[in-house]
Amino acid sequence: MRNPQLNANGELTHLLTLEGLPPDIIRGILDTATPFVSIGEREVKKVPLLRGKAVFNLFFENSTRTRTTFEIAAKRLSADVINLNIGASSTSKGETLLDTVDNLVAMDADIFVVRHSQSGAPHLIAAHLNAAERRHVHVVNAGDGRHAHPTQGLLDLYTIRHYKKEFHNLTVAIVGDVLHSRVARSLIHGLTTLGTPEVRVIGPRTLMPARVEAMGVRTFNDMRAGLAGVDVVVMLRLQNERMKGALLPSAGEYFKHYGLTQEKLALAKPDVIVMHPGPMNRGVEIDSAVADGARSVILPQVTFGIAVRMAVMSIIAGN
Amino acid sequence: MKIEIAHGRIVDPRNGVDRVASLYVAAGRVAAIGAAPDGWHPNRVLDAHGLVVAPGLVDLSARLREPGLEYRATLESEMEAAVAGGVTRLACPPDTDPPLDEPGLVAMLRHRARSLNRAHVHPVGALTVQLQGVALTEMGELAEAGCVAFSHADVPLADTDLLRRAMQYAATFGHALWLRAVDPYLGRAGIAHDGEVATRLGLAGIPAAAETIALATILALARETGVRVHLTRLSCAESIAMIRAAKRDGLPVTADVAAHHLHLCDVDIGWFDANANLVPPLRTTRDRAALRAGLADGTIDVVCSDHAPVDDDAKQVPFGEAEPGATGLELLLPLTLKWAADDGVPLPAALAKITCAPARLVAAGAGELGVGRAADVCIFDPLAHWKVERGALKSQGKNTPFLGLEVPGRVRWTLIGGQVVYES
Repeated sequence: MRNPQLNANGELTHLLTLEGLPPDIIRGILDTATPFVSIGEREVKKVPLLRGKAVFNLFFENSTRTRTTFEIAAKRLSADVINLNIGASSTSKGETLLDTVDNLVAMDADIFVVRHSQSGAPHLIAAHLNAAERRHVHVVNAGDGRHAHPTQGLLDLYTIRHYKKEFHNLTVAIVGDVLHSRVARSLIHGLTTLGTPEVRVIGPRTLMPARVEAMGVRTFNDMRAGLAGVDVVVMLRLQNERMKGALLPSAGEYFKHYGLTQEKLALAKPDVIVMHPGPMNRGVEIDSAVADGARSVILPQVTFGIAVRMAVMSIIAGN
Repeated sequence: MKIEIAHGRIVDPRNGVDRVASLYVAAGRVAAIGAAPDGWHPNRVLDAHGLVVAPGLVDLSARLREPGLEYRATLESEMEAAVAGGVTRLACPPDTDPPLDEPGLVAMLRHRARSLNRAHVHPVGALTVQLQGVALTEMGELAEAGCVAFSHADVPLADTDLLRRAMQYAATFGHALWLRAVDPYLGRAGIAHDGEVATRLGLAGIPAAAETIALATILALARETGVRVHLTRLSCAESIAMIRAAKRDGLPVTADVAAHHLHLCDVDIGWFDANANLVPPLRTTRDRAALRAGLADGTIDVVCSDHAPVDDDAKQVPFGEAEPGATGLELLLPLTLKWAADDGVPLPAALAKITCAPARLVAAGAGELGVGRAADVCIFDPLAHWKVERGALKSQGKNTPFLGLEVPGRVRWTLIGGQVVYES
């Protein structure tokens, strides 16, 4: 089965997941992003790479942060940006997902940035465009269900590379609600593809997906053991609705076992970096002293995120 | 009408027949095998040279979508699909809209089916009113109207007290229950087997225990009540071991597996192929191997098509929103033949799983080619392969995870009651 995000020449035409992407393509995106980081510091924060192109932010699930960063990225590439917050109301109007897409293609969309609560929705759109021989229209997955959030994964990789230079000597720990996390899945694929020797996932068994080891990670239920000697800690957001109920008894108990404090962080390497995809729940998964502390690179992640999204859109639009 | 089916390989598993001979059909019945009856003048001769002449297939699970779901398929379309697949007798589950919980609905369905003059249709009655799991249906009335058994379709039965009463009541009158083992809670939000693939694709999981817990409940109550239970569409290895043990203990249980579960596993979901969204879910290669072995050793008695035609609109949506199910009537024979060829199962043993074994559960004397029996016959070329494509399917549902695959076994003629109802 051909990877649906690559064209016949093996070039990236959609970004749907980091799974199965050749390492050179991932490195290429990170390399392309590097010069874009400094654009934000210029007086004129624009390059003309996507001039005349229309980027449609197609958000079936609400998001302010991701949509905004995509919008900024597209605008810095000189694209026209159209935001569609479709939410759950579209289904009540009776229009199917693919009908919506066909209509927007008829309005000459060039890139769809898609967020959807269902895993695989961006694949469905990409397959539909591929089958209809409309390969000039590209799809960027901005998060689908629990499945993937590839641009977040890429900005995480960018951040790690920025601070650690290489992947082949790193131990990375991902902590928290791995079960529901598309961020974790994308980062795991990215890290393993780039040759990270040890990727750990840390959390209670209720928040670990079945047979997660098959993704190439080591599982730890004890956070202290899991943090020992790591170079990078990635904290995952715990959704409010999951803090009480059958998955976890309370936010307080969760913080006690899996919240990142200075004391637990001291078990990691001294030059450890702390990452978080945001938005943070201070006092639930991370202590403010750590979030705002010297080891935190949470805000640089946001800056790199814009550059990485610029890189992704400029690359796929050229293929 | 006299028809001579000339020089085919007659495979009649029920009667232990496997030989090249001619089969003579007169007055809707098998008149003779081998030597022609006296004064034989056929109206038509079907040259079955190199073909297999088998009893018409019997399918225990074919959703015809009537009443109520005609936008997915109609009786007309699906009855054509049945005969094109060599199926001459089928049972349909009660998950129609409304469910088959009243004798009038059952009688109407039977009447509609009969008027089409195609496969014999045996409705399976709803076990509870509206399949709501609260009140028992009038099983006696429903049986009189033609229900061959009672089931709860794919709706989980949470109330074990009601299940026990249903079994006691059914056992009182000798009715059989056909049940799919499914826990009402475990994995209820799930859409794929809870394993590596679901984890990778970010799909909510359905653990194997969702089936085995319900199966243990059913077997425990069946043991107590003595009711005849048929377990439909098993999906996991542990279930096979449990059925094997139950049979060893002499429990009156039988079981079937859906044809697609013999060939596919969760990996076949690929990049979210909605046609692989099935109930029960596709499980692991280990489960698939256990299902195949269980079928070969007789733990599983029957292969069913689990026919579920779904319209394109309900499949061209994200995987988790897709209506589950696959069209199957036309693939029952090919997928059974493929299993037999892959695992070295002799043809008669394979055909038994889709002829006499299921027939035993729906109609005495069906699913065989003994002299004097109704001439329901499936004549097929076991070596001809065909490609599963939308255009190749008569069913209104084009939804199958086998699209693009070459499968063995092309039906040449289907006879029902001595009439040719399909030829290609």
